[in-house]
Amino acid sequence: MTCWDPRIEEMSKADLQALQYKYLKTSIYRLYSFSPFYHDRMKAAGVHPDDIRSLQDIVKLPFMYKKDLRDNYPDKMFVGGQDELVRYHVSSGTTGKPTVVGYTQNDLNNWALSVARALSSVGLGRKDIIQVSYGYGLFTGGLGLHYGAERVGATVVPASVGNTERQIELIQDLKVTAICCTPSYMLHLAETSQKMGVDINKDTRLRTAVLGAEPWSEKMRNRIQEITGVKAYDIYGTSELSGPLFTECTEQNGIHIWGDLAYVEVLDPETGEQLGPGEKGELVVTMLQKEALPMVRYRVGDITSYDDSTCACGRSHVRISRISGRVDDMLIIRGINVFPSQVEHALLEIPELGEHFQIEVDRKGALDSMLVRVELKPTAFSDKIDDLMSLKYKVAHVLHNSLNVAADVELVGPGTLTRFEGKAKRVVDRRNI
Amino acid sequence: MSYTIKQISIFAENKPGRLAAIADALEEEKINIYAFSIAEASGFGVIRALVSDPAKAHRKLTDLGYAVSFTDVIGVKMRDEPGGLKDISRIMGEANINIEYAYAYSGKKEAVMVVRVDQVDDAIRALQAHGGRLLEEKELS
Repeated sequence: MTCWDPRIEEMSKADLQALQYKYLKTSIYRLYSFSPFYHDRMKAAGVHPDDIRSLQDIVKLPFMYKKDLRDNYPDKMFVGGQDELVRYHVSSGTTGKPTVVGYTQNDLNNWALSVARALSSVGLGRKDIIQVSYGYGLFTGGLGLHYGAERVGATVVPASVGNTERQIELIQDLKVTAICCTPSYMLHLAETSQKMGVDINKDTRLRTAVLGAEPWSEKMRNRIQEITGVKAYDIYGTSELSGPLFTECTEQNGIHIWGDLAYVEVLDPETGEQLGPGEKGELVVTMLQKEALPMVRYRVGDITSYDDSTCACGRSHVRISRISGRVDDMLIIRGINVFPSQVEHALLEIPELGEHFQIEVDRKGALDSMLVRVELKPTAFSDKIDDLMSLKYKVAHVLHNSLNVAADVELVGPGTLTRFEGKAKRVVDRRNI
Repeated sequence: MSYTIKQISIFAENKPGRLAAIADALEEEKINIYAFSIAEASGFGVIRALVSDPAKAHRKLTDLGYAVSFTDVIGVKMRDEPGGLKDISRIMGEANINIEYAYAYSGKKEAVMVVRVDQVDDAIRALQAHGGRLLEEKELS
């Protein structure tokens, strides 16, 4: 498959590393000079930009964490003024405070470039009609894929999420060739089209699916490919790094991380030591050209391994394996990140409830469902069913508002949820992904 | 003379064995259950009962960790024959008394409908003014 940007994508390892070093050095000088946050952090770690004399010296630099974004809400980690920003995206944070990401025009250009390279690596281009069925709005999925798809010259159908029957009609009527959505939505789409009597393989021109924003497995890929006849590719990214950025190529053998945009390390999450190729650990990403919110050695929290050999497709950039889990307790429900601590924080606002709760995640059909069990406080018990029902709706409403994803609520009696000595196990994940 | 009766209400998840556990606890305390009902909503229920010793029942169940509350209800006597329910419900309808919930039991001498209403005192006055006969708490035992 031809590269979108062959000069970069097929660059020799030595040249790519020289380029990465140049970008890293520039970024670190800029941060040291203009980011009070990272300046202080470097001082505390006893590092000066002059200490970075090779790409390997990146290990001297201090980490960034999701907590930093929360502590510096909304924009105290930004570099440069508001007049340079052209967009915000907002995602939910760990304890109620969201994470805000700002973009300069160059940031948006590089984001679209990254997605454009990715889409061309799965064979998409000017002749394609791409339906973007990720949410448009504060979430990065919709607009991220949208700009990338436009950049490769494809025709975009900005379908966003929901109204599945209409989405299937559009796929048929507009002769859509590729779709971008979550893997569970792809399965839902396949099931719905079966019910409608539409055979995706025979009755549509859909041949490519770019799937991500939630964990999935090879097993699920095989299932999707078998049912629909569509070739399914894994896409990776997170809002702190811009949004969806990287995909597999047609080889389906690891996600290409564009080395001129991002430098990846895989670390032992306990010791912070770098691991070698093929060893599973925590993904740590340094964005090399980001302007508004530069991320250096960002502990993403996803578990993966890397492969720095040249891919059969000819691209020289490092590849990471499918994400196999999290180092923390973050859940991904219908593409939305949910931390149990967020649920706890939201429930604290409701005086009628005790402090114990349990989250049960399941997949009904193809879609994730989340059930939150909460204990009624004895003093809040009313003999009236109406009062109890409105309490239940109130809890569901508070959770939906703070998590941005709907949850079912079950009121249980005081003292009936399991108590834990030591670390509480509040999440039961029944999804067979 | 007091016509308000203390009903005990217990929050219970809709799960097998919950009623048995509650009944077992009351038996242990030698508390007799005269009348009860179960109201069911999605996933949970409320058990309501008239018992021989409401205060003791409240204490016992609270100690066991249940969410328990008292609610004032009234017991309206009915003729235990066709038309018995019609007579008393007509009185309440005409007196504009709204029933939140009700359940009936066949009492020692005659049938009784246990009624929860918004304005307990107004309801008692209206029922007595129109020939309704009310149960006293002491008549339960």
